[in-house]
Amino acid sequence: MTDIRPNRLSRDEIARNFSDLHPPLSHSEAIVEADRCYFCFDAPCTTACPTGIDIPGFIQKIRSGNLRGSAHTILSENIMGGMCARVCPTEVLCEEACVRNTHEEKPVEIGLLQRYATDPVLNDHTQLFSRQAASGFRVAVVGGGPAGLSCAHRLAMLGSAVTLFDRDEKLGGLNEYGIAAYKTVDNFAQREVDYILSIGGIEVRTGVTLGKDISISRLRDEFDAVFVGVGLAAVNVLGIEGEDLPGVENAVEYIADLRQATDKGELPVGRRVVVIGGGMTAIDVAVQSKRLGAERVDIVYRRTSDQMGASDFEKNLAQSNGVTIHTLARPLKILGPGHASGVLFERTAAGEDGSISDTGETFTLDADVVFKAIGQQLRDGVLEDGSIRMQNGKIVVDEGQSTSLAGVWAGGDCVVGGDDLTVTAVQHGKVAAIAIDHYLRTREEGYG
Amino acid sequence: MANLDSEFLGIRSPNPFWLASAPPTDKAYNVNRAFEAGWGGAVWKTLGEDPPIVNVSGPRYSAIHSNDRRVIGFNNIELITDRPLQTNLDEIRQIKRDWPDRALVVSVMYPMNEQVWAKYVPMIEDTGADAIELNFGCPHGMSERGMGSAVGQVPEYIQMATEWAKAAATVPVVVKLTPNVANILPPAKAAKDGGADAVSLINTINSIMRVDYETLTMYPSTDGMGTHGGYCGEAVKPIALNMVAEIARTPETSHLPISGIGGITNWRDAVDFLALGASNVQVCTAAMVYGFKIIDDLTDGLSNFLDSKGMNSVSDLVGRAVPSVTDWQYLNLNYVEKALIDQELCIECGRCHIVCEDTSHQAITHTVNGQRRFEVIDEKCVGCNLCVSVCPIDGCITMRRLGDGFDPRTGQPISDEKADWTTHPNNPMRKSR
Repeated sequence: MTDIRPNRLSRDEIARNFSDLHPPLSHSEAIVEADRCYFCFDAPCTTACPTGIDIPGFIQKIRSGNLRGSAHTILSENIMGGMCARVCPTEVLCEEACVRNTHEEKPVEIGLLQRYATDPVLNDHTQLFSRQAASGFRVAVVGGGPAGLSCAHRLAMLGSAVTLFDRDEKLGGLNEYGIAAYKTVDNFAQREVDYILSIGGIEVRTGVTLGKDISISRLRDEFDAVFVGVGLAAVNVLGIEGEDLPGVENAVEYIADLRQATDKGELPVGRRVVVIGGGMTAIDVAVQSKRLGAERVDIVYRRTSDQMGASDFEKNLAQSNGVTIHTLARPLKILGPGHASGVLFERTAAGEDGSISDTGETFTLDADVVFKAIGQQLRDGVLEDGSIRMQNGKIVVDEGQSTSLAGVWAGGDCVVGGDDLTVTAVQHGKVAAIAIDHYLRTREEGYG
Repeated sequence: MANLDSEFLGIRSPNPFWLASAPPTDKAYNVNRAFEAGWGGAVWKTLGEDPPIVNVSGPRYSAIHSNDRRVIGFNNIELITDRPLQTNLDEIRQIKRDWPDRALVVSVMYPMNEQVWAKYVPMIEDTGADAIELNFGCPHGMSERGMGSAVGQVPEYIQMATEWAKAAATVPVVVKLTPNVANILPPAKAAKDGGADAVSLINTINSIMRVDYETLTMYPSTDGMGTHGGYCGEAVKPIALNMVAEIARTPETSHLPISGIGGITNWRDAVDFLALGASNVQVCTAAMVYGFKIIDDLTDGLSNFLDSKGMNSVSDLVGRAVPSVTDWQYLNLNYVEKALIDQELCIECGRCHIVCEDTSHQAITHTVNGQRRFEVIDEKCVGCNLCVSVCPIDGCITMRRLGDGFDPRTGQPISDEKADWTTHPNNPMRKSR
């Protein structure tokens, strides 16, 4: 019998399960932790940060009590330093590079320190940035996720007039709709959006969809430059029997519903949940299902554990929440009848080159709900066919985030080199903004 | 186990750790607790004339902290005892009766008036105290009244007051010196010339800790105003060690017994003082920061250290490092060391590189064959020890002597012969060899 229902747990249990995953550091904790930073030369953590934040520099400022300066050091490289402090897989970025790992296997808690430094600025709405004199340039930014917001903010700083388009009602992109709720509590994503917009010079137009309401070619006509940061809004399909059965859901949609729910308990959750995929989305939907009261949650990934997109921290998080991770198994068929009741898997074997092959051995996992978390792709019709060079379904860009189409830049998950990380998207947006500003100014001067 | 029994001026104590004259020794209650905890002796908080002085009722102390609030330096503006003289005398007498095996010394401070010394010193002695310590050191408050460091900064006054004390006393007299002088030797000589049986040092150092960042007044303050205090704690130990060693290695003062004071927090600190010439040590700040229980590690650690060195008693250690202290001009200029970075231990923080690059001799790489790697460039290394000092990993960077061949920096052959500045050709005042 299918068992999907809301309110499996009490209101208090839900509240506890969706509270801050990493509570903020107290003042004492922060300065003691800051003291652990060795203030390295040419610091490996900074090199490992996609946005190149001067990490020893901001930690030094925490140590000295210069929190405003610390926040400025962070946010001037990464305007979403607050969100990144919460969601970055620091264990494979800055904290993995920390030299403290060599002898004690315990890096400086850079993520938590970054949060400590940036929280006051967002809580108190302290404006740390100002706009240069208006350049007279008008730039369209399509997509209000991390890449677009970062690009818009930097362009506004540089003096451009920015129009920011997004198809959703709220800005923030995956920060608002796609990150596990316990990683960003207290409406942080919107507070950060508000902070970013407060610099001024950014006109926001929500509910506007690229490819439907607006097009690249029209934007090129109306604006001096266009930045595309639309992410990957379409979900990949399994292409197996039973995929259309009720009870088979896209993980990203469920995660979005959960983020937008005022009462998380009212979201229906299956008693037995099977998640297909191996990335952060798979972990997020699995752990959140468990925290909503699912009895049994299984993640099934077709390759090896090492090949999973989810970091070790995320995998451990899933396991400590009671989620079972199965590797080397691919789905053959979603079982019915009439509603998903289970998934038939075939075990796979990994070759030395990382490829997998079928073994012929099968097994079944019962399920009330099956989540697909096997990746996303660009929505059809977003870009006019053939106008922009693509590779494997993503936009090709150069080191300045410029596309093959003159006057169009792109960044975030929708470009080649996008890696499903907020921090990478922020860097793309920043780099593109600087490139756009440079391009427009040199063109103006007749050098372009 | 090494024997920690201590004898200082004939005064015996079960270990060489005495509490210094300070707040921890102001009352019988505290001294009892200290002796119960195992302290070898105590110097009673300084007594003055009767009626007693008064103290402020605002902040008397403040500290410099590490980020995890460990006290590194400490400052006080407390004056001498503010309790009636008779109360103190009665308690001292009782404590000495109750703890006959512990050293009990009484610190005193009087104006430059012989009659006052003649009046009070016999009253102190009458308690049965083992010795009298003359407080010529406190730099705050009492110095404004011509006492404490106001005496200790004028060798003639030291000698005079010491003579008055000696004339009135039959027990040993220890002179406690102030570090607030350009050179510790004249005060030490003056104490000796005045007949002092020993010196103790250092007292605290003139200091203002910081400002209050809200009010931009000095901190701490009493009703908005502050005054300089005396600085002590771990931070002052090197200053104290230098002064102790100066007295210990100077022929005119080298026979003067020394009670070492200044930032002693653990047994290693005590080893420093003892090896550099002190016969025993006195402790205050560490007790005020951690309580009396620290005596456990002080005694146990020192005993284990003596064992590890094959020494049977504290006296075996006293003065052992004194012969190694000399003037700069006698350092061997033919001796060459180079830093060596242990690549197995190196965590690649690069601190050694950046400090050498920015502030010293550009003698440490940051990249070797395209890889992040920190190696000493012997052609540039002057052996300054800066990298060793800043390296966060103990033992990762060491100094090694170049025993033969030539110094790649200077191209000069390494010589076994010693040669110092006194005979160096660049020295216009050189002596002929």
